[in-house]
Amino acid sequence: MDLLWLYAQALVDGLLAGVMYSLVALGFVLIFKASGVLNFAQGAMVFMAGLTFVSLMELGLHPALAGLATVAVMVALALAVERVVLRPLVNQPPIILFMATIGLTFIVEGATLSVWGSTPKLLELGDPYAAFEVGELYIVYSEFYAAIAVAALVIALALFFNKTRIGRALRAVADDHQAALSVGIPLTTIWVVVWSVAGVVALVAGIVWGGRLGVQFSLALLALKALPVLILGGFTSIPGAIVGGLLVGAGEKLAEVYMSETFGLGGVENFFPYLMAMLFLMVRPQGLFGERIIERV
Amino acid sequence: MTSALLSVNNIEVVYDHVILVLKGVSLTVPEGGVVALLGANGAGKTTTLKAVSNLLRAERGEVTRGAITYRGERVDRLDPHALVTRGVTQVMEGRHCFEHLTVEENLLTGAYTRKDGRAAVARDLQMVYGYFPRLQDRRTAQAGYISGGEQQMTAIGRALMARPSLILLDEPSMGLAPQLVEEIFDIVRRLNREEGVSFLLAEQNTNIALRYADYGYILENGRVVLDGKASTLTENADVKEFYLGLGEGGRKSYREVKHYRRRKRWLA
Repeated sequence: MDLLWLYAQALVDGLLAGVMYSLVALGFVLIFKASGVLNFAQGAMVFMAGLTFVSLMELGLHPALAGLATVAVMVALALAVERVVLRPLVNQPPIILFMATIGLTFIVEGATLSVWGSTPKLLELGDPYAAFEVGELYIVYSEFYAAIAVAALVIALALFFNKTRIGRALRAVADDHQAALSVGIPLTTIWVVVWSVAGVVALVAGIVWGGRLGVQFSLALLALKALPVLILGGFTSIPGAIVGGLLVGAGEKLAEVYMSETFGLGGVENFFPYLMAMLFLMVRPQGLFGERIIERV
Repeated sequence: MTSALLSVNNIEVVYDHVILVLKGVSLTVPEGGVVALLGANGAGKTTTLKAVSNLLRAERGEVTRGAITYRGERVDRLDPHALVTRGVTQVMEGRHCFEHLTVEENLLTGAYTRKDGRAAVARDLQMVYGYFPRLQDRRTAQAGYISGGEQQMTAIGRALMARPSLILLDEPSMGLAPQLVEEIFDIVRRLNREEGVSFLLAEQNTNIALRYADYGYILENGRVVLDGKASTLTENADVKEFYLGLGEGGRKSYREVKHYRRRKRWLA
């Protein structure tokens, strides 16, 4: 019976961690959908948003004010990226845009470090150990609230995409750039909007992850954790990012517990998601919820 | 002749800085007119339309010489968005619906540039459904899964939602059954008469295009080789032989196929 609770606890921990992976993956999906660019800099954006937010708070700003100011910074970044990177490279092959975002990663990281310094900062989101119990499960409040925040964000995004004029235009651009141009949707505006939204998602991710790990450089590496999530869920699907995140989170924690209980192996959770992703690629390369390729016969 | 809505003056279009596709094309669309742009594959019909709508630049094409004016204003340096807001919308060849959006969402994206409020957009949505009742039945279907004819209707309806004065209609007959082609052209005529929309349409199907248009231009190798009233073109011997498949004495039979073709008079 104890063992069962152990697995249940691993599952819950995994799902809660998974929600947070989804958050990073979400940023990738947004930009990939609207501009076909795999934005390698998403992790750097999480780092930038998180560190800017904490540093502003340390300067004595009210959290809400700091949040707003950070959003403004992310929108400014979106404007700059559109102007300096995307517009000159329009119509270039995807690999060139991908390379550009790798360059962008280092610029964003470097600039953030030189402005705010490289010391890790603590983000206090209430007592990190406070928890409640369900049966024998132990659920940490901060993680639980993070999951709720993510759920709210996803619902907000879904409404934005499906119910608003701009959201509809974003989906239209994702489907067919040329046709979107022909009905007068300006691609440049759409790119700024989508990078800004990705910036806001990065801020939420930065706060949630920063509260857990401290706000430090390793936040930028979260981008790598998002890749298996994307492969599982599909690069073009918001629900895919969520489900992919949950699968990766639950999968890695369960695998860890199983391997250490049965074989005494440790550290499986570090590579298990990538193993899952590779196996998955062979079976269903477009991901669970990847945009179905519509073929009329 | 009524005043010119659109005039294209001697434009030259180059792709990728080297490939010369249009070598001096001029044409005029009068207010309220239906003008057909005819010619074979690769003659430059689509390029002409895209030069007007400014979609060329997205394909690395450029108008290097000549001018395009719409209502007296130079428009060849604007972007597509600016043109749509001025009242020129293109319906691209091959329909290009937003496949993952529903039919109604497709139509609504057409109203993206509108600033006159929800009520006006809702009214125009009903207007489009009035012309294309079939779209109303399929309004919640994903546009990727509807039939080719319905997609063409969606594409035209989507363009209408921008409240254009001029629609650039590229190859509306492509891949459609003859009966549907007829239906689409009937609606084009009704839109022209009832809504006052002017059309510049590129078409390979010379026969039907000349029946519905008032005026036609024939393009060959990036040049206008012949133009005239639709009724005059239909009677032209060369048009008959080379575009309508009619010989001197009615429909040509392949039994008496010639090994040489008569030289086109306009090349002389």
